[in-house]
Amino acid sequence: MKRRLAATLVVAGLALGACSPSTSTPASTASNGGPRTGALKVWLFEEPNRAPKDAVVKDAIAEFTAAHPNTSVDVAYIAVDTRSARFKGAFNDPASAPDVVEYGNTDLPEYAEAGGLADLGPVVSGWSEGADLGADAKATATYRNTLLGVPWYLGVRALYYRTDVFTELGLKPPTSEAELTATARTIHAKKPAMVGIAAGGKYTFGALPFIWANGGDITSISSPQSRAGLTAYTDLIKPDICPAPQCADLTGGKTVDLFAAGKAGMAILGNFNRGAVDAGVAKGKYAVVPLPGSTPGSVAPAFAGGNNLGIMKNSKRPALAADFLTLLASKKYQAKMYDAMGNLPTLNSARSDVATKDPFLKPFLDTIKAGTKFVPLNPGWGKIDAQAVLPTMIQKVATGKATVDQATDEAAKQISAALTS
Amino acid sequence: MAVGVDLVFRQAQVSGGQPTRFVGADNYTRLFDDPQFWSVLVATVLFAAACVLATLAVGAGLAVLLTRASRWPRLALSLAAMAAWAVPAISGSTVWMFLFDTDLGLVNQVLGLDGYNWTYDRYTAFALVGAVVVWHSFPFVMVTLYAGIEAIPKSTLEAAAIDGASTWRTFWRIMVPILRPLLAIVVIQSIIWDFKVFTQIYVMTAGGGIAGQNLTLNVWAYQQAFAASEYGLGSAIGVVMMLILLVVTLLYLRTLKRSGEPL
Repeated sequence: MKRRLAATLVVAGLALGACSPSTSTPASTASNGGPRTGALKVWLFEEPNRAPKDAVVKDAIAEFTAAHPNTSVDVAYIAVDTRSARFKGAFNDPASAPDVVEYGNTDLPEYAEAGGLADLGPVVSGWSEGADLGADAKATATYRNTLLGVPWYLGVRALYYRTDVFTELGLKPPTSEAELTATARTIHAKKPAMVGIAAGGKYTFGALPFIWANGGDITSISSPQSRAGLTAYTDLIKPDICPAPQCADLTGGKTVDLFAAGKAGMAILGNFNRGAVDAGVAKGKYAVVPLPGSTPGSVAPAFAGGNNLGIMKNSKRPALAADFLTLLASKKYQAKMYDAMGNLPTLNSARSDVATKDPFLKPFLDTIKAGTKFVPLNPGWGKIDAQAVLPTMIQKVATGKATVDQATDEAAKQISAALTS
Repeated sequence: MAVGVDLVFRQAQVSGGQPTRFVGADNYTRLFDDPQFWSVLVATVLFAAACVLATLAVGAGLAVLLTRASRWPRLALSLAAMAAWAVPAISGSTVWMFLFDTDLGLVNQVLGLDGYNWTYDRYTAFALVGAVVVWHSFPFVMVTLYAGIEAIPKSTLEAAAIDGASTWRTFWRIMVPILRPLLAIVVIQSIIWDFKVFTQIYVMTAGGGIAGQNLTLNVWAYQQAFAASEYGLGSAIGVVMMLILLVVTLLYLRTLKRSGEPL
């Protein structure tokens, strides 16, 4: 009886196996066609403090729907942690796919390889403000000669520090990695309720500058230089600076919360985190300097992050989507987004406007001037990120589950497998 | 599952328009060569076994308690159990996380453990998640066994009582044999549920804990398939899980049959 049941199950399984998932054949470029009315679905990233972003987007929607009768715009804010699965789902299921999406520039190769994004070349060449977009900016949204996004904002990270705490303890902003560690140790020793520096075990872009500053890189993660950088970073996740039970599981977003809540003396945060910090108790009590490098006086190379706006190949209203995208990426809304979130504009004229009127930007522009780095422009990077290869490496060292050598060897194996597959 | 059987032999592409290609048993050899697979498998089996035992113990204990409690306590216990049962796994896990939050959680404040991180150590993290899994699944065991105990003829229990059998002895010698078919159902159900546990781990340990220390097969399969686009590898893990469950279930049914109880 049971044997018969098992046999039936297997047969049913084989029969079902004949149905494979279908692949879609979407429109080629974003500019042609689609209905010009109806609801536009937009995905933007969730932020540690979303309210100001939401307000600017609402303004844009009001302007857009006034100019385009019989349309509406539904915005969904998606969590950065789970974006990979969400995008993959949207590529596979045209019915539930959004039209306009915000995505990180590091995700570009993966999405491009998956064939999920529409070619925006014609949209940008037909857009009055398109020429204001620098070639460098366009390059970060181009994969194999196809423009698959409009850079929406740039982001670089630098060292935020609490001016009140530094004054009280008689500290100076650190100018080298060794000074940074010593300063962080002093803060935690004198103020045990505060971590010296918010160093998260899952904060990849906080750790990478240390690896780059020591001459290492992601593609050579097991080199002596990379190991020195990893050691410098994981030395911060120690009981005398940022205790592992509290810090080993912190993401970049959580370090923002920690600093904003006044529980960290320093943190490696982006210019785009200013809104979130100002919403917390740290408001008005902090300043920013470039993150120091390994040699005194040097600047650690920052990660050249940024987000693009793109249109999904599966979009049913590509022309309407292009209109909304160019509105959101226009100088007017980039400037508004800077005021709301501190997002560095990608349009040259907008960026020079904000740089002259806001001295807050100086450390970030200095960091850019000192040289930035990027993750490997390879679809394998998405896999490295999604498999949490680097956070796992950092966490293993920080919690003492592996030595620096073991952890980097293991990570190197996974990285080379992902980049060559 | 059937699509999975098909997928494991191919390298799927996400709507890239490229056809899948046949990779033979590649996904399986990669899986079995991966030391992480074996450590996750061991963790999953031990975690599921602990959860099943705890669920059965709690469920059976409370079922016996229900038969002996008077009306109002019985009603209160049933309502509490039903509420735990009715809570969706994701909201239940989230509420437990609030309770056990490192800085602001009620548990830490009551116990005076301010700043204690329950998910930092591998075993306390598994214990916490296991408690939530048991909390979610004991009501099914309790209600099923309660119904079974109530259906035992009163005369049998009376006869045992007249012969001077203790409660403990009555439970093992009278109730358990009569309830055997029901126990088979709850044990198999519990094994299947607890082996496949996903939501609680995913929510409470933020997708597998520090450096992946709290990964179970299901969460790992999800990460491989949907986050890292290794659909083939993810399906391979799924198929391996299904085979393990099938073997466990068949073995269990066989043992029951050997012991002479018709199902």
